[in-house]
Amino acid sequence: MAVTTDRAALNEWVACGWPEKVAPGGKYRTVLLGQEIEVRRTGVNLFEVFECDEHGKQGRQLPVQAKYCCVFTTLGEPTRPLPEIPEFDEPDRRITGCGSVGVHTSPFRIIENFLDMAHFSFVHTDILGAPERTEVLAYKTEHRKDADEIWAIDCQFYQPAASKASRGGQMTHYAYRVMSPFSVMLYKNVFDDPTRNDAICLFVQPIGETECLAYMPLAIVDRESALTSIIDFQQTIFAQDRVILENQRPALLPLDPTIELPTRADASSIAFRRWLKAKNFQFGVYEKKAA
Amino acid sequence: MALTLYDYSLSGSCYKVRLLLDFLDLEYERHPVAFFPEREHRTETFRTINPLAQIPVLDDDGIRLRDAQAILCHLANKYDKSNLWLPRDPELFGPIMMWVMFAGGELMAASAARLHDLLGYDLDIKMARRNAHAAFRILDDHLTRREIEGGTWIVGGHPTIADVACFPYTALSNDGGIGLEDYPALRNWLRSFMRLPKFDAMSGISEFA
Repeated sequence: MAVTTDRAALNEWVACGWPEKVAPGGKYRTVLLGQEIEVRRTGVNLFEVFECDEHGKQGRQLPVQAKYCCVFTTLGEPTRPLPEIPEFDEPDRRITGCGSVGVHTSPFRIIENFLDMAHFSFVHTDILGAPERTEVLAYKTEHRKDADEIWAIDCQFYQPAASKASRGGQMTHYAYRVMSPFSVMLYKNVFDDPTRNDAICLFVQPIGETECLAYMPLAIVDRESALTSIIDFQQTIFAQDRVILENQRPALLPLDPTIELPTRADASSIAFRRWLKAKNFQFGVYEKKAA
Repeated sequence: MALTLYDYSLSGSCYKVRLLLDFLDLEYERHPVAFFPEREHRTETFRTINPLAQIPVLDDDGIRLRDAQAILCHLANKYDKSNLWLPRDPELFGPIMMWVMFAGGELMAASAARLHDLLGYDLDIKMARRNAHAAFRILDDHLTRREIEGGTWIVGGHPTIADVACFPYTALSNDGGIGLEDYPALRNWLRSFMRLPKFDAMSGISEFA
């Protein structure tokens, strides 16, 4: 696998592990955008990342940050810092990662699936959606130019069991936030408390164009549930998505709107694809072959 | 009667037990094990529950059992008054046990492939997939013969614990990058199984198959 030449992809901060993946003193190898790297845990929250050359020898040292239950690095020169997610600093939240899950598809398919509400009733039946309430009500999308983020706001969907804390169905209010082409998060109102939001992130490590690892750090308002159950809930949901994701064709994401026709419910996908196109993304993107 | 299942939602082996508990209409308490990423099953505390550091474990009024296959046998033996899930008929009992052992043996290659692809386990994925294909070939040949005889299930005229034991990792094969295109009889059998009353699809099972 050759490292990508797409500068837009190389210049992003990307997750490459979670802090507890190895014990302090340990190390592991993984691949980022086609480049093999070695991640060393030199202290409890101290990490070093190196490129490995084709013979597996240590190469250039890469920048590293441990934040939001993940370890991030970059192969290029990031044009933006890691996003601010203040929810991870609120003391009454349950903060956890969920490890990583491997998914064979484009990183952008994974991001889009996370943004999509239309599949809730069919893929997460009786949990995030009910078979008899499938309508995606109109919502707004925004390109927030100051932070260069895509947002979908005023989203709502009826959910039989919106989270581990739920004790019944509710109209869940969502806001989605795409912080980078490889990272997305959502805010959804907590069961029985419209004033608080759960913050759920999805960071994608692109190994190659159609091979990824997905990380799901959570900052959840839930005093009752055991952390094990909160993680179990999240993993159950994601494993349902994974089947759909791995069966989507083409695996690469088409940016040409004539290849996959969007409906009104796909407004966030339209905004996301336009944004990727404006960045001239090549990596992970489907190119129509000339006839 | 108090049944407690040490369980992890994404475990196909735990799913075998959950399926039979549902088919037999048994109430049970679920004790979630933080299998991934915490690897709670590898801790000293959990080893006091199962020294093999594996899930599932079933506690039935103080009888503590490990191994999904052993648990299926126990549940059918103790609670299935109909004797349909584990018939004692000498024509059926031996073949059922043979396929139950196959589920805990050869078929587990499909579980290994799944752990590699899904949770990043470091193992020889090519070998795991090759062995899984070899096991699926054997089960598919058997089910083809059963179809010719007019049968639907692995053994006999009613689903048994052999079907319950073989179902999860066959149905979850896609999770490990193993397609079932070459196994038409397997696919027919999966569809019949998914139509059973009280069947519940765990995450990763494609109901559109």
